[in-house]
Amino acid sequence: MNARKLEAPDLSRVANSKTVSWYEASARQRVRLMLDAGSFREFIGPEQREQSPHLRVFDLPTQFDDGIVVGRGRIAGTPIFVAAQEGRFMGGAFGEVHGAKLTGLLRAARDTKSVPVLILFDTGGVRLQEANAGELAIAEIMRALIEARMAGVKIVGLIGGRAGCYGGGGLIAGCCSALAVSEQGRIGVSGPEVIETNRGVEEFDSRDRALVWRTMGGKHRRLLGGAEAFVDDTIQSFRNIALSLIGSVPSFGLDVLKAEQARLEERLQRFGTCADAIDIWRAEDIFDAEAVPAISSLDFIDLANRDGEPRYDAR
Amino acid sequence: MKSWNAQKTTLAERLADGRRYASGKTIEVVDLPNFLEAVIRPADRVCLEGDNQKQADVLAAALADVDPAKIHDLHMVQSGVVLPEHLDVFEKGIARRLDYSYSGPQAARVARLLFGGKIELGAVHTYLELFARYFVDLTPNVALIAAVCADRDGNLYTGPNTEDTPTVVEATTFKSGIVVAQVAEIVDRLPRVDIPGDQVHFVVEAKKPFYVEPLFTRDPAAITEAQVLTAMLAIKGLYAPYGIRRLNHGIGFSTAAIELLLPTYGEKLGLKGSVCTHWALNPHPALIPAIESGWVEQIHSFGSEVGMDDYIRARSDIYFTGPDGSLRSNRAFCQVAGLYACDMFIGSTLQIDLLGNSSTVTTSRIAGFGGAPNMGSDARGRRHPSAPWLQAGKEADPDGPPPLRRGRKLVVQIGETFGDKNVPLFVEKLDALTLAEKLNLELAPLMIYADDVTHIVTEEGIANLLLCRDKDEREQAIRGVAGYTDVGRGRDGKMVRRLRERGVIRRPEDLGIDPLDADRSLLAARSIKDLVRWSGGLYAPPSKFRNW
Amino acid sequence: METLSYRHKAQERAAGSKSLAIIGVVASGNLEVLVERSLPDTECQVDINTAAEGFGAVWEAVIADFVERRSPGGLRLSVNDGGARPDTVALRLAQAVRLIEEEDR
Repeated sequence: MNARKLEAPDLSRVANSKTVSWYEASARQRVRLMLDAGSFREFIGPEQREQSPHLRVFDLPTQFDDGIVVGRGRIAGTPIFVAAQEGRFMGGAFGEVHGAKLTGLLRAARDTKSVPVLILFDTGGVRLQEANAGELAIAEIMRALIEARMAGVKIVGLIGGRAGCYGGGGLIAGCCSALAVSEQGRIGVSGPEVIETNRGVEEFDSRDRALVWRTMGGKHRRLLGGAEAFVDDTIQSFRNIALSLIGSVPSFGLDVLKAEQARLEERLQRFGTCADAIDIWRAEDIFDAEAVPAISSLDFIDLANRDGEPRYDAR
Repeated sequence: MKSWNAQKTTLAERLADGRRYASGKTIEVVDLPNFLEAVIRPADRVCLEGDNQKQADVLAAALADVDPAKIHDLHMVQSGVVLPEHLDVFEKGIARRLDYSYSGPQAARVARLLFGGKIELGAVHTYLELFARYFVDLTPNVALIAAVCADRDGNLYTGPNTEDTPTVVEATTFKSGIVVAQVAEIVDRLPRVDIPGDQVHFVVEAKKPFYVEPLFTRDPAAITEAQVLTAMLAIKGLYAPYGIRRLNHGIGFSTAAIELLLPTYGEKLGLKGSVCTHWALNPHPALIPAIESGWVEQIHSFGSEVGMDDYIRARSDIYFTGPDGSLRSNRAFCQVAGLYACDMFIGSTLQIDLLGNSSTVTTSRIAGFGGAPNMGSDARGRRHPSAPWLQAGKEADPDGPPPLRRGRKLVVQIGETFGDKNVPLFVEKLDALTLAEKLNLELAPLMIYADDVTHIVTEEGIANLLLCRDKDEREQAIRGVAGYTDVGRGRDGKMVRRLRERGVIRRPEDLGIDPLDADRSLLAARSIKDLVRWSGGLYAPPSKFRNW
Repeated sequence: METLSYRHKAQERAAGSKSLAIIGVVASGNLEVLVERSLPDTECQVDINTAAEGFGAVWEAVIADFVERRSPGGLRLSVNDGGARPDTVALRLAQAVRLIEEEDR
């Protein structure tokens, strides 16, 4: 394997809370450590006990916050609204209450107009047990999100958790102003197992983890232009990129939507016949495409900034 | 007149029969079943490699393909029953009797065939025990072995996964047996000679490498907080006070946690250089951070581990390597090292009873013993002293006269009180005992006997069985660390408190450890990728552990 | 699903001034504990909703030990359990008390 020389990890990582792993952290830990200390005010917190009314029928335990933390706070003094999904509860999947909390947050943002929203995605999509309510929620969220963007609100998605960002979550992510993703993060709609079941293992072997990450993982999304930024797996990195993206995303309107449509059409034209992500990277003239999955996050960020898809005034 | 050289005569006949299919020493794969029918005789004792890691898979498939009318009633003697073909020979009536050591993946099928009368069981052994019998009463007539490559004289390179081969060949070839080796390719010049050609009679060029499983890789991402806690207890409560420099770790997540805590928690305790310096251990990837941080002087290995070759080559001061640079492993010698040159064994198990007997057997699987009972036993033939050995001996026999007192090897069982699927670790009656009754076995298959176990470590604390003065104290010491299992809840609270006062039981608080501090952030590496980083990119994990 | 509830007397009031804390995640082998400072100083209550039925005796033992060790006076702990092991339960209960006793940074 032609791995470039990787640095031994800094032992001080272990003790320093600023370099806590995003991937390993819970939704609440991500919110608490990303926001300015003491600035977070939760909406419909766990003590309200707004739990799923549906899971009992299936003999499944509920969570007091139904797997999503929503509220407001500050990052480096900048006020923000935040929603963080707990990927380990029901795979972070959307249910009735979970979805309603995010819808409500986005409507509040729409009405407030001046406060950006951070969505910390960690979801497999819609909960099967609450399928109808979940699908409805996805639709309501997308509508509320677009209305908020039309009112001038910037909405940034952060993806790097265990569940990735799949199904309805992937659709919502596609509507955001900008996305940041880490190596562990994955963004898609249909999950690997669903593709394999429907198209066969020759088309997509869901147990080939290298293939899954090449196809849907953070590095590929960054190189393809599906995510604006790629970050190291630390809460500090996500915090910094959130601030940076909030400050830099363009405003939203019909022109931007048309530009996004054109960008996606061009992308399909350029890469539609590529069989594998490595073919796409080669077509993008990425140096040593095959080594991309193995290189360190820091090396990758440099490479992506140098050779990745240019920024468009789209989304 | 009695013939005293009949075996040599028979060997000559078999060689002549076998050479009909050979070109020099080489046999073509396509001729294998006929060839095997020529050199093997009914009722032969056959050793098929069958090691813990590598498998002579082409030879196994060929053996399962011979005509049972010509070759039948074979007595299989092998370390590992791993491949389906290893049991196909019994289903087809090619083999009848079995002596072995370990059968992890085939454990359920072994049980079925045993109950169904298709296998006549000799005995289940430890590796070293089986090797020993190869030289006494289980000497193979034919050995079917696996090597990396051969030259035209039959010299073999067995490489990093040398494992059992030298032992098997020694016992077979020097007692007039036949040695047949499968290799990936025949080359002009070997990287090094592991087995000399005049010990090898025939070579099969399989055109692909032999089958090897990554058995000793544990993903740090799967280590739990409870395992971090038991690791902290072991390091502070055992490694430090006894000064354990020479040791063996059984494979598992609990011991992987210990390995990953040395550069962080161990460093904080100031233990570097005074513990964990010399190892009998496979090349565990989880030990990479400790090696890189300067904890380790030397490791001898039973076998190798997939993905570790380049790292081992670059660390020849640590591992045993040949002049070609690659690892040289040797299961027999490493087992002996664990038995006599180590002061501690620590590993996990599935069940512990009220005496301290430990077993990995359940009623539907007969997995065998492997090497654990060797590692996890007190070597009564040992004579050289060391500080931990003397200390443990003193705790076991405080009143005996010191010059006549035996030392004791620390044999530690570590685990959480509830295991996979919330099954309790502690039980009143071992499944192994139930199995022995069901199968009419003379002995219940115990991994480690109670009188060898010196300590038990759970998330509730450490029980020092050496300090127990009688059976009742022993039982309560075990109940006292058995947490909320039925066994644990059945404790005599007063007696447990007294044992704690005496230091027979030590809780985390007694060692200055707060269970709330047992956090995954203490691990020097928390993912496979972290291990790759620690190794400077030299460790190449197999694909099932990678997302790149 | 099973619902259990235990009321105990506690030695002392739990330290600190925070009125609310939460720890853990509901998942297989895991649990969440919501702790509220809403009872008289020497009282403590633990309410449990659990996916694993029939373990009342074990919960009782775990909670009795927890109350004795951590003195959670004044606290109401509400648990959603996904079938966690008893030692994980004990850990989360202790973590919850530590969290509510911590001063806000």
